[in-house]
Amino acid sequence: MGLIPGDRVACTVGTTELSGTYITDRDGMHVVKLDSGYNIGVDPRRVILLERGRPAEQPDMDVVQDPSLPELAIISTGGTIASRIDYRTGAVTSQFTAADILRAIPGLAEIARFRTHVLATILSENMTPALWQEMARAVHDVIAEGVAGVIVTHGTDTMSYSAAALAFMLQSPVPVVFVGSQRSADRPSSDNVMNGICAAAAAVSELGEVTVVMHGTPSDDRCAIHRATRVRKLHTSRRDAFRSVESAPIGYVDYPSRTVSLADEAVRRGTRPLSLDDRLEPECGLLQFYPGMDPALIDVFSGYAGLVVAGTGLGHVSTACIERLGALVDAGTTVVMTSQCLYGRVCDRVYDTGRDLLAAGVIEGATMLPEVALVKLMCVLGRTRNRHEVVRLMQADMAGEILGRTPHGL
Amino acid sequence: MDFEEIGLVAGLEIHQQLDTACKLFCGCPTRIRPVEEHNGEFYRYLRATVSEMGTIDRAAEEEMKHIRRFRYLAYDSTCLVENDDEPPLPLNGEALEIALQISRSFGMTPIEQVHVMRKLVIDGSNTSGFQRTALVAVGGVLPNGGRVESICLEEEAAQRVEDACFSLDRLGIPLVEITTSPCLYTPEAVQETAAYIGMVLRSTGRVKRGIGTIRQDLNVSIRDGARVEIKGVQELDLLAEVVRREVRRQQELLAIRDELRSRRASVDEEPIEVTGLFRESGSAILKRAKVVLAVRLRGFAGLVGREIQPGRRFGSELSDYAKRCGVGGIFHTDELPAYGVTTEEVQALRAAVAAGEQDAVVIVAADSTKALCAIRQVIRRARLAFECVPEETRRMLEGGSSAYMRPLPGAARMYPETDVLSVTITPERWASVQAPELLVDRAERYVREYALSPATADQLVHSSMLPLFDRAVAAGVPPALAARTVLSTMKELSRDGVAIEAVGEEQVLAVLAGVRDGRAAKEAVPDLLQAIAGGATVEEALASLAPVVDPGDLRALVERVVQERISFVQERKMGALGPLMGVVMAEVRGSVDGKYLSELLRKALREALE
Ligand SMILES: [Zn+2]
Repeated sequence: MGLIPGDRVACTVGTTELSGTYITDRDGMHVVKLDSGYNIGVDPRRVILLERGRPAEQPDMDVVQDPSLPELAIISTGGTIASRIDYRTGAVTSQFTAADILRAIPGLAEIARFRTHVLATILSENMTPALWQEMARAVHDVIAEGVAGVIVTHGTDTMSYSAAALAFMLQSPVPVVFVGSQRSADRPSSDNVMNGICAAAAAVSELGEVTVVMHGTPSDDRCAIHRATRVRKLHTSRRDAFRSVESAPIGYVDYPSRTVSLADEAVRRGTRPLSLDDRLEPECGLLQFYPGMDPALIDVFSGYAGLVVAGTGLGHVSTACIERLGALVDAGTTVVMTSQCLYGRVCDRVYDTGRDLLAAGVIEGATMLPEVALVKLMCVLGRTRNRHEVVRLMQADMAGEILGRTPHGL
Repeated sequence: MDFEEIGLVAGLEIHQQLDTACKLFCGCPTRIRPVEEHNGEFYRYLRATVSEMGTIDRAAEEEMKHIRRFRYLAYDSTCLVENDDEPPLPLNGEALEIALQISRSFGMTPIEQVHVMRKLVIDGSNTSGFQRTALVAVGGVLPNGGRVESICLEEEAAQRVEDACFSLDRLGIPLVEITTSPCLYTPEAVQETAAYIGMVLRSTGRVKRGIGTIRQDLNVSIRDGARVEIKGVQELDLLAEVVRREVRRQQELLAIRDELRSRRASVDEEPIEVTGLFRESGSAILKRAKVVLAVRLRGFAGLVGREIQPGRRFGSELSDYAKRCGVGGIFHTDELPAYGVTTEEVQALRAAVAAGEQDAVVIVAADSTKALCAIRQVIRRARLAFECVPEETRRMLEGGSSAYMRPLPGAARMYPETDVLSVTITPERWASVQAPELLVDRAERYVREYALSPATADQLVHSSMLPLFDRAVAAGVPPALAARTVLSTMKELSRDGVAIEAVGEEQVLAVLAGVRDGRAAKEAVPDLLQAIAGGATVEEALASLAPVVDPGDLRALVERVVQERISFVQERKMGALGPLMGVVMAEVRGSVDGKYLSELLRKALREALE
């Protein structure tokens, strides 16, 4: 008879008899949580069932909502702001509903009332353009219904892509705040609580655009509010991994005071009317050029509607690659050049290879981050295939992605 | 005291830092740094999380009563793992190897698949809010018939610098935790067992030494008492006293319980605010306090002030509980009037809560939230006095008494460390693990093989210089010389103000090798070491101090010196002795006894003058 997680078992290690709870199997061993609290892996032949386990009761805490507070919507997509240990794999997985987030971060109830909507429970690396569209519609709908702000909980890996996608698809009169956590929510030191509180504070603030709100420093002292089209995850694990690239954050939320301070350039609540254009062309790619790259790799994108190239320096690829990019353009693919430098403006008018790229029909991506250019290209190509219109839109600022002036200082 | 009669049962939990190159879950060195060398700092809050069982641990819950902002100091020898800003690296194989050696020494069986757990600790000493720990082996035996229940491999916590400020240099140093079963029945047995376990640990030669590198936790209970854990006993010699004092404390608490029951004592449910009574008080604390709350303890008169351990009263226990809420302490009528509180104020206080002569009154002073939290804690602890000795984790105070820290943690505080893969200990790996030679066995071997005295051998094996001694003997240095050098010579030089710590192990070995090779007399070892401590290289020291001169050569040398200066000798006669002595001494560079040399020189002068 197979063991079920939660069963009471006895096991022997050498001559020592131990009792505990069967948890799972791992690499051929039964994992038993001993009464001391320790897990050990034991050969299944040395484990016997004592008693069938009873299903663990989930403590059900009611979430009390204060009717005098503004209403926020939490759109949940998964991610480590709401994670739990999965005993099948032993890994931390995202599987909480949005309501569980309220339970995990009790302080939220002091800031606002909440309605919650589970859009997905996925790790953010599994996010798709189709889900961006669903997300944009869901956010649009709750704003249309009158919420004071929207919080989107999201895994951090691709959060900036989703945030940029919403910024291009949705004009919002109220704050739309993306938030996640870098350190798992099951640890007492998790950044989920502070990020969640600061996100809610930003969502009821005077802000009126799509943003990412995450730790601003390694300390639990303040979160930065980043414009969705200028933010990038720049560290694999630190709490303050998110940075506004080549621009200052558009605001901060101090913790634990929850004081929100906004920069002058932050779009204010009510400035823009609500509107949604969720058309999107998903057949777009992103290619990072490297020295010696086989030009044939470019052909992989033949037939694509668009391709963003992260070139070197001012926006270059090898001479051998230029011809292939030209062929792509001639066949109808829109090709946009960005720079893997991340900081600075693409300028293909300085060197010969640059001028050749322009001659081949490649569009300069100005100050756009490569992945932001990709998301924007999907949106633009979803709206029009008119070559001149595409060029105009890609080079015009739609949502703060293109800086009119490149700031000095790095 | 007959400890068997009163049912004393004690167990030990010994934590020993390992001397590994790297920390348990990152590549940082296991080096303690002076606090002023920190090169970064950050601030964090910690909060208890719901465990896999869906409950919050009671110890963690207690810690949550007082949410604090913790400050952490980082160094150029710490990394993002200590900052809890990066996932841990795999379990340190060197540390596991040492833990397995120790397991072998106690005759234990290793766990087939070792899983790293997270033990909830939200007092700030771990940036993550948990301590990583893994059960490595179970089922060991002690020479007295007791049992070693388990060996765990754990990460060391951060060092508290002050209050809510912690230093990250210590966080993550590997520790072994050795837990005995409750198999010790006298205070002396506890101390002897701890000494034995310490000896086994040091036998590996791979554990850290010095203050704070080994800590003993005690579990003590008596019949009708309760299991109490006393943490952080650093001095081995105090262990027996700590046990004796805890026995007394539990006996006193039981006596207080019986007395309370016979007095039909009780504790009021609700505190009464008495802030106004102390507006003009001579006690600055009471006068300044935003709120003063009082609770009447009916029938407690005299018992709150009763001593339960040297320097500790029952009131101290109430006070410890109150302090969990961030107040400085309590006042109670068994100790009043005092501290600026007058007889009139005490009378007014008693009247305010309707307390009679047989009652005690406890007051706390703070802001309203803290005061209410604190007085509720006092009420809770006073109620417990009717039932039993509370199960607690306590910390040792100077001298051997103890103060309340938190409730005993439950199993709910453990959950899996999902960022670290489990480690399988295969039968082949276990078979390759050798138990180190125990230090007691080694001392016997030194007596047998090296003809050292038992006292010297014993001193050697417990000395931090043991590895140096072994290396010297392995290099062919006579054991007696090696022992004298590491045990006496170096200590004496240090006492005489020589910077002996500046002399490296390799240099000491080179000096001893010089003696072995006949390049220096063994009498020259102190001078050689002193010269090296003063900045000379080994070669320079040997060259300037050392030529060993045999008696024939010495005579020839003396005669040569006399002949070379014969006119001077004829002029000064025997008066040349002093000046020539200086010349000869310089030639032999101090390697020859001066008195012997002066005899030789005197004889040579006489012969030359004849
Ligand atoms: Zn480190």
